[in-house]
Amino acid sequence: MIRLEGVSRTYQLGGQPVHALVDITEHVAPGEHVAIMGPSGSGKSTLLNVLGCLDRPDAGRYWLDGREVGTLSDEELTAVRRDLIGFVFQSFHLVPRLTAAENVELPMVFAAVGRGERRRRVEAALAAVSLTDRAGHRPDQLSGGERQRVALARATVMGPRVLLADEPTGNLDSASGRQILDLLDRMNGDGITLVVVTHDPSVARRADRVIILVDGRIARRLPGAEITGALDLLAPAGGPA
Amino acid sequence: MSPRDLLRFCFQALFGHRLRTALSLVGMAIGVAAVITLTALGEGARRYVIDQFASIGSNLLIVVPGKTETTGIPGIATASNDLTLEDARAITRGTPEATRVAPLVVGTEFVAHGALRRQVAVIGTTREMLYVRKLAMARGDYLPAGELRRGQPVVVLGDKVARELFPGEEPVGQVVRIGAWRMRVIGVITPRGTQLGMNIDDTVAVPVATGMRMFDRRSLFRIFVEVRSSAALEGAKGRVVKILKERHGEEDVTVLTQDAVVSTFSQILGALTLALGAIAAISLTVAGIGIMNVMLVSVSERTREVGLLRALGARRRQVLTVFLAESALLSAAGGLLGLAAGWGAVRILVKIFPALPASPPVWAVIAALSLSLAVGLLFGLLPARRAARLDPVAALAGK
Repeated sequence: MIRLEGVSRTYQLGGQPVHALVDITEHVAPGEHVAIMGPSGSGKSTLLNVLGCLDRPDAGRYWLDGREVGTLSDEELTAVRRDLIGFVFQSFHLVPRLTAAENVELPMVFAAVGRGERRRRVEAALAAVSLTDRAGHRPDQLSGGERQRVALARATVMGPRVLLADEPTGNLDSASGRQILDLLDRMNGDGITLVVVTHDPSVARRADRVIILVDGRIARRLPGAEITGALDLLAPAGGPA
Repeated sequence: MSPRDLLRFCFQALFGHRLRTALSLVGMAIGVAAVITLTALGEGARRYVIDQFASIGSNLLIVVPGKTETTGIPGIATASNDLTLEDARAITRGTPEATRVAPLVVGTEFVAHGALRRQVAVIGTTREMLYVRKLAMARGDYLPAGELRRGQPVVVLGDKVARELFPGEEPVGQVVRIGAWRMRVIGVITPRGTQLGMNIDDTVAVPVATGMRMFDRRSLFRIFVEVRSSAALEGAKGRVVKILKERHGEEDVTVLTQDAVVSTFSQILGALTLALGAIAAISLTVAGIGIMNVMLVSVSERTREVGLLRALGARRRQVLTVFLAESALLSAAGGLLGLAAGWGAVRILVKIFPALPASPPVWAVIAALSLSLAVGLLFGLLPARRAARLDPVAALAGK
């Protein structure tokens, strides 16, 4: 589903080059659930932005669903995001003036999906996150967990192949967080490829595989089941976990 | 994105910031209202002047001595012939289209009754003037009908002259002195007000021959020729010119039609209205800058939203369209609001000054509305482009 070959991303920060990603080569199979961990500034978010076609690598090649996206125009990348990728953010990123249903509808409005089809899909997406009775509420009338569930409904309403989640439980209490993770697991079980960036070992543990980034490089790869308790993210590969 | 979805999205955004939206609406509304009100005033002035002309009769030829063109050899004066009472008589005889011919001579003299003295314009004319200028008598009668030359010592007073010289008295039948002349008052004209810059109420009328002797004039000031219908105007004009050319041996008079005078005034005042409108349009530009300000603030406040929209698959062009449509909506709504406000202001003005037939010209209404929309689009372009060019990653981070 996702194939990265020698992907690097360098940007300038205060005149200094920052090597956010260095020579990343990775493969994610369709339907796989991968967690990306690493300390702050290790390049997790940059990697997620590159995977989400929001950012372009400086070097290396990236295939998404068999298509090399590095060669695509800005316009085509936008279409790829629209049709293949769903985003979930730590801070939800709901539009405050729109109701839950309108927020979920938003990607379809810009994709010019017909009104009847939109209504049907919004209902289904809200039902999938058990928020049918909250459809008319605005974000400020919803709890954090409910907001993230709206965001989840919005991320999946276009039927993407890949769901990218950046600290999806970072702003939630543990009960709401668990609810979100259960929903993510269920969607993953339905076949969507899931990539989650997280600090939280209990989130990472649910993944099939965990990739640990340090200074823009992949430091370790390990099965999610092997994540136990607190994790020393800076520990060298093969060392004691 | 369908137009309906676009409108809904923009309305939601504008309603999300009520105060800001209201303020920029007011800015645009003031601009449009200014255009509407000022052009209505200009147009009112134009119509007022045209109405004034209409009140003295529209099927009118005005014969003026002298030719309004450059003739003769430079340095050598060419004396033009006088416009005489005989000329007026010849026009009466030779112009079948003419229903009335009124000669006019004008001078200024002191009119006195007892110890009261007043300097007024003295109009020497004939009874025809009563009809040509559509005057009405308050008391007594106007100048007697009859031949031109006799010049009886009678005078007709304007309303104000009568009131000033005969406070609380009946003027008709009394005698006034005009300069060295003793004249009997035979009538008083009903108040008429100012007509073409001359206050009829503050004039007196004497028989034309008396007037010419009084001021020692050989030439008339004007001859008014009232024509049967406006269709006959051009034919009558040609005939009058021909008659006078034959009599004078050269074409040394100018014949103005009322239409020409009216259209000249109308043009001048039309230009004035346009200038007023243009000045008011400056405030539209200011309103446009206001909208640009609001949209720039909106873009920077909604940076994260723009990032989100881009992440969700909104194209740059769609983001551009959304913000452009918002500023266009703002300015169009402000324009409509201004139209209503301007209209209300004009109605109030008309209530206060009923004499002024002020109403906004259609072109000004259309221009103001389309200009406000154009201004909104133009000044919305910069903020919208800024929004469309945001980098999605940085925008999502709110940077």
